[in-house]
Amino acid sequence: MRNLKVLFVGIIAIICVLFVTSRQMRTSQGHTGDNTLTIYNWGDYIDPELIKKFEQETGYKVSYETFDSNEAMFTKIQQGGTAYDLTIPSEYMIQKMMAEEMLIPLDYTKIKGIENIDSRFMDLDFDPENKYSIPYFWGTLGIIYNDKFVDGENIQHWDDLWKEELRDSVMLFDGAREVIGLALNSDGESLNSKDDELLAQAARKLAKLPDNVKAIVADEIKMYMINEEASVAVTFSGEASEMLDNNEHLHYVIPSEGSNVWFDNIVIPKTTRNIDGAYAFINFLLVPENAAQNAEYIGYSTPNKEAMGLLPEEIIEDEQFYPPDEVINHLEVYEDLGVEYIGIYNDIFLEFKMHRR
Amino acid sequence: MNKRKGRLANLYLFMVFVLLYLPIFYLIFYSFNAGGNMNGFTGFTLEYYQALAEDTRLLGIVVDTFLLAFLSALLATVIGTFGAMMIFYTRGRKNRNVLLSMNNILMVSPDVIIGASFLIFFTVLGISLNFLSVLLSHVAFSIPIVVLMVLPRLKEMNPSLIDAARDLGATNWQIIYKVIIPFVTPGIIAGYFMAFTYSLDDFAVTFFVTGNGFSTLAVEIYSRARQGISLEINALSTLLFLFSMILVIGYYFISQGNTSKKQKSLNKSRQEAIDTL
Amino acid sequence: MTKTKTMYSIPYILWLLLFVVAPVLLIVYQSFTDIDGAFTVGNYGKYFTSSTALRMTFNSLLYAGIITAAVLLISYPTAYFLSRTVHKQLWLMLIILPTWINLLLKAYAFIGIFSVNGTINNFLEFAGIGRQQILFTDTSFIFVAAYIEIPFMILPIFNALEEMNPSLISASRDLGANTWQTFQRVILPLSMNGVRSGVQAVFIPSLSLFMLTRLIGGNRVITLGKAIEQHFMVTQNWGMGSTIGVILILSMVAIMLLTGEKKRRKGGNRA
Repeated sequence: MRNLKVLFVGIIAIICVLFVTSRQMRTSQGHTGDNTLTIYNWGDYIDPELIKKFEQETGYKVSYETFDSNEAMFTKIQQGGTAYDLTIPSEYMIQKMMAEEMLIPLDYTKIKGIENIDSRFMDLDFDPENKYSIPYFWGTLGIIYNDKFVDGENIQHWDDLWKEELRDSVMLFDGAREVIGLALNSDGESLNSKDDELLAQAARKLAKLPDNVKAIVADEIKMYMINEEASVAVTFSGEASEMLDNNEHLHYVIPSEGSNVWFDNIVIPKTTRNIDGAYAFINFLLVPENAAQNAEYIGYSTPNKEAMGLLPEEIIEDEQFYPPDEVINHLEVYEDLGVEYIGIYNDIFLEFKMHRR
Repeated sequence: MNKRKGRLANLYLFMVFVLLYLPIFYLIFYSFNAGGNMNGFTGFTLEYYQALAEDTRLLGIVVDTFLLAFLSALLATVIGTFGAMMIFYTRGRKNRNVLLSMNNILMVSPDVIIGASFLIFFTVLGISLNFLSVLLSHVAFSIPIVVLMVLPRLKEMNPSLIDAARDLGATNWQIIYKVIIPFVTPGIIAGYFMAFTYSLDDFAVTFFVTGNGFSTLAVEIYSRARQGISLEINALSTLLFLFSMILVIGYYFISQGNTSKKQKSLNKSRQEAIDTL
Repeated sequence: MTKTKTMYSIPYILWLLLFVVAPVLLIVYQSFTDIDGAFTVGNYGKYFTSSTALRMTFNSLLYAGIITAAVLLISYPTAYFLSRTVHKQLWLMLIILPTWINLLLKAYAFIGIFSVNGTINNFLEFAGIGRQQILFTDTSFIFVAAYIEIPFMILPIFNALEEMNPSLISASRDLGANTWQTFQRVILPLSMNGVRSGVQAVFIPSLSLFMLTRLIGGNRVITLGKAIEQHFMVTQNWGMGSTIGVILILSMVAIMLLTGEKKRRKGGNRA
């Protein structure tokens, strides 16, 4: 009993100390009602220096909150109860949020610097005329390989993943769209296919892949490839650029028969309570210097063509990450398939995972 | 007990501790790695500790995380202990099993379901998402483990103790306070620690019910995974780990000092009885 | 005692109603809706006719069983030896301490230890055995899952051993039982409540591990929890996710009944 008393008194004392500390930290950061701008973004997906700079320039206080997947972010905003002023979803999620009327149409009279964005990344199918979203970063899905273990000549196309020499050495990204998409692409079909026959064909083709698959993972691919745990992986260009920085034997290929191009765009959700702050932040990010600084920090491809002029040449001339037009023309954006086909894609993918060996 | 057996037992315990602490020391070791990642140690550096000291955002989150863990575990322990007593004093094995199954539902449910249903629940009730909603959720999912820790202890209690207390004229609250609680104290402490652990570790539930500037360490760490986890997090874990180590050892010796001599001699006689094995 | 009991039960009952009964009703309700929100029993029909789903359920139970057995095997002796050390409370707390480090970080540490160029493989290479594939094997998955769960098993068993009346052990000795007989006839049966709590605290969450299945298992094992997560977060088919959730809750109840308190049997009762 004594023990219990000592413990509980100690705990209550600790709680009081922590409470006071927390209060103090909050007030010292100057968060008050109307000057707070709440940004809901992926973790570590902006240069923290930029947030500080923004706060100094504009006087807004930024509250940076994070999510770990588009779907989780969607659920959170849809349910409400939060006051997010800006968020940065991927394109298929923007389409879905538009359909659910969760976004505020952008008022272009309040936006300065939109002309800095490369016109190739504007007015795309998922958001015609960019009514709701402004490009933040973009990239592709491709194959990364290690030249110590495989000959680069042999790894240029999706079909190469099925080669016998890659037995037990391929890592796939854990996403139904990615895996089924690459199977569809490898046969020259669209990765947004809603044709049941084509999907069944893709499933049959995937059933032959398991012998080559070492693991189906996600963010950890980066670490595994740097570590040389696997010789080949299917991954996103943003991830790949960081891998290349850490291991000189790695190379990134965008299969020429077609692949996915993705965009993370800035949107203003209806939960916003500080719309002026949101526009101020969008304008801030459109400034070429800021966009360049952010691109250097994160390592993804920036859609800001003025910013590209400020980046070191070896970055922007790297065709692995800033591919030429003829490659980009073969790339497709994921479309929101609708609930029914998302379900079908996922069932095929689950079946594929279960049949691995 | 013969000596050889004792040594084997100690060796076994030693191995278990090595196993439990292996990944922790791995993390600590690499927090000093100049190479910037957890593969291949290239040189010693303290830069991640420096970066951590300057990262007020992360430090604020740490304070909030611990405030939440200490407080939610405390509330969960109080409610859970009484809950265990309620289950224990419910008549009929069947009824007890029904209650116990209900108790365990939150333990079996994946975090995503719990998080999503709490989110719906809070928004339906119009509770805004902030520290309070996270606190309520953490209390909610920690209660079952407290019950599971306290209940076995209650079952071992000799019912004649209570009868004796009642014969001596103790009121119900006195019985609870003077007889039952002291007897189940180890279970309560264990329950508190487990609840604390659950709270610190939880990612998915917190993620769904948090908002308006409140975040916890787990949410921050998981959402940073897309970019790869910086060794700054390793540095933070190292500091937190050492801090909790000091806290635990400190608490132990304070509470030891407070244990009455009578208790000690009782422990001793118990120890001797066990040692005769 | 009834009035007092009602008083102190109020918070717990409130918790049961608000955070258990209400969400469960919600899930049961959702399991009977299709994607468009209309009433259906199709989710259950789909579940029980799909060989993939049934195989997944079976695998999930199997792995959880293996993990629990492994954890019990390691934890029981640990708890037993711990209960006989001098500073036992301190050691016990030190068992729990590693759980305060974030799971994701520990998983990353294990990846480093198990990987092809990791600590263990460097050792194997050095020992002349050569490098092995350790990550993404069932063994490594079960190992790490067991690692995570060990403290949750040790604690209840330790508590059960602690509260045992030492005179019972002396009595057993006095009656001429040897160490093994005393263990088998006295200690084990009396610590069975702790074992039950431990098995429940380990087996049940093992059914819904989802982080480790990907990080360490390379998605070779799909647990029920992972499947639910997929339906809630990826396909947004909350109906199907809820259906699996209901099945998970039902299997939990079944496990509770199997390991739950029974009439005292003569001799050792088994879990």
